[in-house]
Amino acid sequence: MELSLTTIGLGMIIIGAGYGIARIAQSAMEAMGRQPEISSKIQTAMIIAAALIEGAALFAIVVTWLVG
Amino acid sequence: MRVFILVIFVSFWGFTNFSVKASDKDVYGRNETEEFNPMDAIIDHISDSHYWHILSYTNKDGQLAEIAIPLPVIIYFRGRLSIFLSGEFNHGTRVVEKGGNYFVLYHDKVYVTGINGNLDLNEDGNPNNERPLDFSITKNVGSMWLSAFFLLWIFIYVARRYENHPSTPKGVQSLLEPIILFVRDDIAVAQIGENKARKFMPYLLTLFFFIWINNLIGLIPIFPGGSNLSGNISFTMMLALITFLITNINGSRNYWRHLFWTPGIPVWVRFFLIPVEFIGLFTKPFALMIRLFANITAGHIIILSLVSLIFVMKTIYIAPVSILLSLVMFMLELLVAVLQAYIFTLLSALFIGLAIQEEH
Amino acid sequence: MELLTPDPGLVFWSGLTFLILVFILRRYAWKPILHAIKVREETIEFALEAAENAQKQTALLEKNREQMMIEAKRERNKLLKEARRIKKEIISDAHNAAQLESEKIMESARKEIEKEKEEAVHELRKQLALMSVDIAGKLLEEELKPTSRQMQLIDRYLDEVNFS
Repeated sequence: MELSLTTIGLGMIIIGAGYGIARIAQSAMEAMGRQPEISSKIQTAMIIAAALIEGAALFAIVVTWLVG
Repeated sequence: MRVFILVIFVSFWGFTNFSVKASDKDVYGRNETEEFNPMDAIIDHISDSHYWHILSYTNKDGQLAEIAIPLPVIIYFRGRLSIFLSGEFNHGTRVVEKGGNYFVLYHDKVYVTGINGNLDLNEDGNPNNERPLDFSITKNVGSMWLSAFFLLWIFIYVARRYENHPSTPKGVQSLLEPIILFVRDDIAVAQIGENKARKFMPYLLTLFFFIWINNLIGLIPIFPGGSNLSGNISFTMMLALITFLITNINGSRNYWRHLFWTPGIPVWVRFFLIPVEFIGLFTKPFALMIRLFANITAGHIIILSLVSLIFVMKTIYIAPVSILLSLVMFMLELLVAVLQAYIFTLLSALFIGLAIQEEH
Repeated sequence: MELLTPDPGLVFWSGLTFLILVFILRRYAWKPILHAIKVREETIEFALEAAENAQKQTALLEKNREQMMIEAKRERNKLLKEARRIKKEIISDAHNAAQLESEKIMESARKEIEKEKEEAVHELRKQLALMSVDIAGKLLEEELKPTSRQMQLIDRYLDEVNFS
């Protein structure tokens, strides 16, 4: 496998997106643990936030794909 | 989430090209061009087609035969609309003449050629030839109509049941009711609000079920399925565009004011925010489009890659592993099918909800 | 990249199909379904409310009934007590009356006896007087006879008089 700038860029995107989504999930879990009664609301907010990060990451992947 | 897997396979691109070059020797004595190239096979499987493929087999002459339904080709070129069955192309081996123009099918795309049907290939292997405007009923369109008829049939049946027996849900009615209630209460009402949600309910419900059913049809590997509609950028683009239009047509005064003249911050910052907000206007539906496309396509690529492993390794012993792994992936894809429909609908509802919000 | 290039034909058909689907489903599916669900939810809400009201009503009735039961019991007890008292009273009255009557009867009996006695005494006196007169007459007669004989006579007469 050739190690191109594209590959490195994709790796960096994944690190960023993974970190972001992990942070969201962590905070959401903690919040759910503290307030289980509003866990459905937290879940929705978590999915929305994760989707926004995922959107940004996908955007970056597409750009990388097109450029690289 | 799925980004990770997608990246692996984007990176896989170089690897697969490499692997093909490494196996020049062919046990079946075929020449190099007939060599199994997993990436080509995968792209072929997830791309749209003018044939609805049913079955391939090796006939008694040792040749590869194919059973496929030819689909109508509708092309518009230089003011002339031509409609004919894709069977005329004979799987890309025949030049079709319509109204003085010559067309060939190359990699499931229609190109304009001369009478001899020669294509002018560039260094990437893509033709430089002109393309007509192609409105063909392709495999994806056919599969979409199938899903549309299925939805119409099932929901009109359920609606009739509701009219006749409103208080005793039975069968498919009781299966769908919690889902409808979920879309209504947890997506529409939660994001848009009790009173305004009613106006957008038909859109959100149709969107949810349309994406879901197409995701599921895409997972069926044999004939009526086998398409990759919801993993096709054209399809997701259209849905994202409709969400974008609904969002902005229903945008309140407050929404536009926040977009172009954000209140509560210094004036000079507002000038900087205008382009940011303006770009944000388009990135939201763009992310919707890419998310659905990438998730579904990634799933298809993964499953096809796992199956391709058997042919790349050229050993039957890898088959149990690859089948087991693709089974696991299919399970995951079933979840992803509903999850992505949910996320697309949820985010659409969220954007609509944000746009129609009045002064708070 | 080929995968990322939208195909105008598919975009067109997707949009057309989706919009037609939305319009048909809105008219023939979502409207009746959502309407039916809403009606049912409202019916259920209404029924629940009615049930709750009915329950309240029942509880109230139950309470009333209990109150009435308690009242009735109290009334019964009172009546019983009263009856017992009356019974006692009647018995004691009867007793008293009987006693009074018996006393009266006894009294009257006593009076009668007294009277009879008195009468008897009176009679006796009369008899005695008459006898005395008789005796006196006899005595006077006997005065004229020997004394011993007279004495014997007196004794004999006295013996003859039986004071019974």
